[in-house]
Amino acid sequence: MINPYLPYPIRIDDIIVESEDRSLKTFKFVFLDPKDEEKFSYQAGQFAEISIPGQGEIPIGLASSPVEKGFIAFTINRAGKVTSHLHNMKVGDILGVRGPLGNPYPWDTMKGKNLLFIGGGFAFTTLRSSVVYLLHPDNRDKYGAIDVVYGSRSPGMLLYLDELKAWEARDDINMHITVDGTDDPDWKYNVGFVPPVAEEKAPKSEGDTYAIVCGPPIMIKFTLPVLEKLGYDHDHIILSLENRMKCGIGMCGRCGIGEQLVCKDGPVFTLAEVNNTPKEF
Amino acid sequence: MHTYIDKIREIASRLLKEEAVEMVIGYQEGTLPMISPPMSVRSAEDVEKLTWSSHCCINLANYLTDIKGKVAVFAKGCDCRSIVNHIAEGKVKREDVVIIGVPCNGMMERRTISNIFGDEIEEVVEEADGTVIVRGKGREEKYQKSDLLRQCCRVCVHKNPVLYDELVADPVAIPEDIQRYKEVEKIEAREIDKRWKFFENLISTCIRCYACRDACPTCYCPTCFVDEAQPQWVGKGDDEPDVMTFHILRAFHTAGRCTDCGACVSACPMGINMRAFTKKLEKDCLDLWDWEAGLTSDMRPALETFTPSDPEDNFK
Amino acid sequence: MRILQIDKKDWSAGLEKSRKDYTLIGPVKEGNNVSKFKELAAGEEPDFSITTTTMSPKSVVFPQSEVMFTFTTDSASADCNIMKVPEKSYSPRAVIGIRPFDAVAMKIVKMNFDTPDYQDPYWCDAYAACTFIGLAITDPEACDFSTSTGTGPFDTSGLDVLLVDAGDYYLAEVVTDKGDSWIQSASFDQEADAESVEILHSMRKEAKKKIESTVEFANIDKKETLDLYNEKYWDSISFPCLNCGTCTYVCPTCWCFDIQDEMAHKNGRRMKNWDSCMFPNFTIHTTGHNPRNTKLMRVRQRFMHKLKYHQSKYNMGIMCVGCGRCVTSCPVNIDIREVCKQMNS
Repeated sequence: MINPYLPYPIRIDDIIVESEDRSLKTFKFVFLDPKDEEKFSYQAGQFAEISIPGQGEIPIGLASSPVEKGFIAFTINRAGKVTSHLHNMKVGDILGVRGPLGNPYPWDTMKGKNLLFIGGGFAFTTLRSSVVYLLHPDNRDKYGAIDVVYGSRSPGMLLYLDELKAWEARDDINMHITVDGTDDPDWKYNVGFVPPVAEEKAPKSEGDTYAIVCGPPIMIKFTLPVLEKLGYDHDHIILSLENRMKCGIGMCGRCGIGEQLVCKDGPVFTLAEVNNTPKEF
Repeated sequence: MHTYIDKIREIASRLLKEEAVEMVIGYQEGTLPMISPPMSVRSAEDVEKLTWSSHCCINLANYLTDIKGKVAVFAKGCDCRSIVNHIAEGKVKREDVVIIGVPCNGMMERRTISNIFGDEIEEVVEEADGTVIVRGKGREEKYQKSDLLRQCCRVCVHKNPVLYDELVADPVAIPEDIQRYKEVEKIEAREIDKRWKFFENLISTCIRCYACRDACPTCYCPTCFVDEAQPQWVGKGDDEPDVMTFHILRAFHTAGRCTDCGACVSACPMGINMRAFTKKLEKDCLDLWDWEAGLTSDMRPALETFTPSDPEDNFK
Repeated sequence: MRILQIDKKDWSAGLEKSRKDYTLIGPVKEGNNVSKFKELAAGEEPDFSITTTTMSPKSVVFPQSEVMFTFTTDSASADCNIMKVPEKSYSPRAVIGIRPFDAVAMKIVKMNFDTPDYQDPYWCDAYAACTFIGLAITDPEACDFSTSTGTGPFDTSGLDVLLVDAGDYYLAEVVTDKGDSWIQSASFDQEADAESVEILHSMRKEAKKKIESTVEFANIDKKETLDLYNEKYWDSISFPCLNCGTCTYVCPTCWCFDIQDEMAHKNGRRMKNWDSCMFPNFTIHTTGHNPRNTKLMRVRQRFMHKLKYHQSKYNMGIMCVGCGRCVTSCPVNIDIREVCKQMNS
């Protein structure tokens, strides 16, 4: 019997400070046993439990993309016991990972469709994973137009800035980067909160576009009415939910919203599905 | 039917009709014999659900700490002292609560009666003369209420409410020969390792459900120390040192504040007498500082303050 | 399968004999007249006078605290920060005197721990190691409402053997091959005569009739989740609740757990501990946001899970076997039968 609680041993290969306040770091991990990397075969939108012996585990969405081989990466906000400890770890340190867990974004369903990604703050991680996947030459033709609305408090808080700029320069993806505010005179992108920027820049649904929304609760709250205005049906709006988790495999019971378990039945749900639950997240 | 019930309903009905309070907190009839669980009543039509019995073991002061608006609460002597403690600690405002004092001759716990009777109990009837008739499994036994009382009630010297807006009945008499600390003295008399063994045995069946803490009016910390994650003071499993740490620390947290209401013991699904910890602290507070919890709201509890007359040299 | 007759004077000897092949586990009293299932020491016998143990036997396969892994955080060690599965014995264990509803509860919990996608090896291995030698309930307690939850005092569906106390002897209905192995290990071999079999059947009928307490839940399944969720009655149901974990800890079907790392210097262990949806910590986010931040929400979650979500998720009835433990153990008498009645009405 495979022990689903047993983490694969991994080593920190690189640490990238992502934000000016140093609260966000991207950790690149390599598997100690290459066979474990094969077992850890994932799709964009899935998450994993990062396991630090003596500290505990935390569920974190995968920021690396299935098309990137040889490592996995997570962008982690320093918040609680485990993440604070992780932020103090260094390259070469050993820890563990369990996964991949949960469901990815519905890549098969979305084939041939236009895609709108809306992200805010540090919740852009699985969206980054998705965009990298989509822009890969093997995959780009399988999907329609791609729009990305991504915002954060300030330019220094935007994740993956170099990649964002590279995507800006491409003609097969429409980027709408925004910040809540900035005093940088050279800032050449949008200024404003995500929902109004989305209202102005995002494409209308035309019945055939899927919107994937990841961000803080307040952003989601004000973005959903915008998507309604743009004509998105509730089953074309895809959310990735978060709840407190422990097991990540649908057993420990705490992440339940009604009969759905965020870890195993989610974390990806359509708005239509979410509206049928008590929304305890 | 208990003689207090009519008066209880009358007071509750009047307060609600006059809109003096938004809610009355009292006790209702349980679905099992020997238990009268807490309830809240918001309209005068519902006051018929309120009751009183010798099984009102839960301390209603516990329900005051998160409530907004003006409420009335029925309070025994011990519950009253817990409310006084709440007022002293700024947890409840005096003007927000109408205290309906209930003079109390002691409560009986389901577990005690079941243990004495032996079989599953179908019915318990209390006669006016203090006889308690217990029926179950086709037999009937008669006991004296005094033999079935909770331990905390047997040694209670504050049977009458100390602070109230109304009284349900005349104060009851307090026997003069109560030996308040006999049970503590017995434990104190043990040698130190035997005493430790006693406490180990005492908590050996604890399942860490925290019913004792959650039934305790003084345990109102927004995050109990056992629930802290950063730092984590205590392990969360069933290891004895962790379980013991919980009980000892909880007891010390209640020192000078515990009114020996016994709700912790009554709530415990495993029948653990955690009063063995708290009663000693009550005794020490009385011996060292002449302090009894909940008799005045003008002073902070014993362990929250110090004065030049304190016995410890390090405070001088 | 076959039905045997075990003379009570042969019982102890048979029990002892089976110890060569099985670890024996059974109900015992301890502390202040409370009871639970535990491993029986040599010579110790299961206490059949207890009908419903205070603590359910779920701990036999799902201990309150269990070591999942051990590890060291000593950077000088080659195994630093690598989780190790501790050695555990899953040799055969016979759970003697488990009551029928508790064995059915094990099957309900199995749905959670043994799924097509993942199997919890600790639970599954322990469960597989168990042979359930049940004891029929001939004298049901007042809070037993097991007949209306789909089980009952003589239900064999979760058992390997059903024992029935017939006065001077036990009748043993062998339900599975696993049960037969235990019977053989104990060298019980006297086939029951036709008359005894008749007695077993009439006792079964008799015991069922004695259970007067019932619940109905058919309507709950038909109602919309959100309608039930938004009912007004949750306010009065939850008012007295202390938010302690008693109901969930005594419950044979409550399976929620926590994972905790414990350290002693540089030696650590990862623990699986019981947890409870009654505790605010159960759902609190690191940000401090708690999606179930009120007592009402937590009480509602417990009953909705047991009586609604489980039904709609598995279509296998409610997540309750009617043992009555939560009813009798709740410090403030919150009675699932009354809650069920309100939800079903």
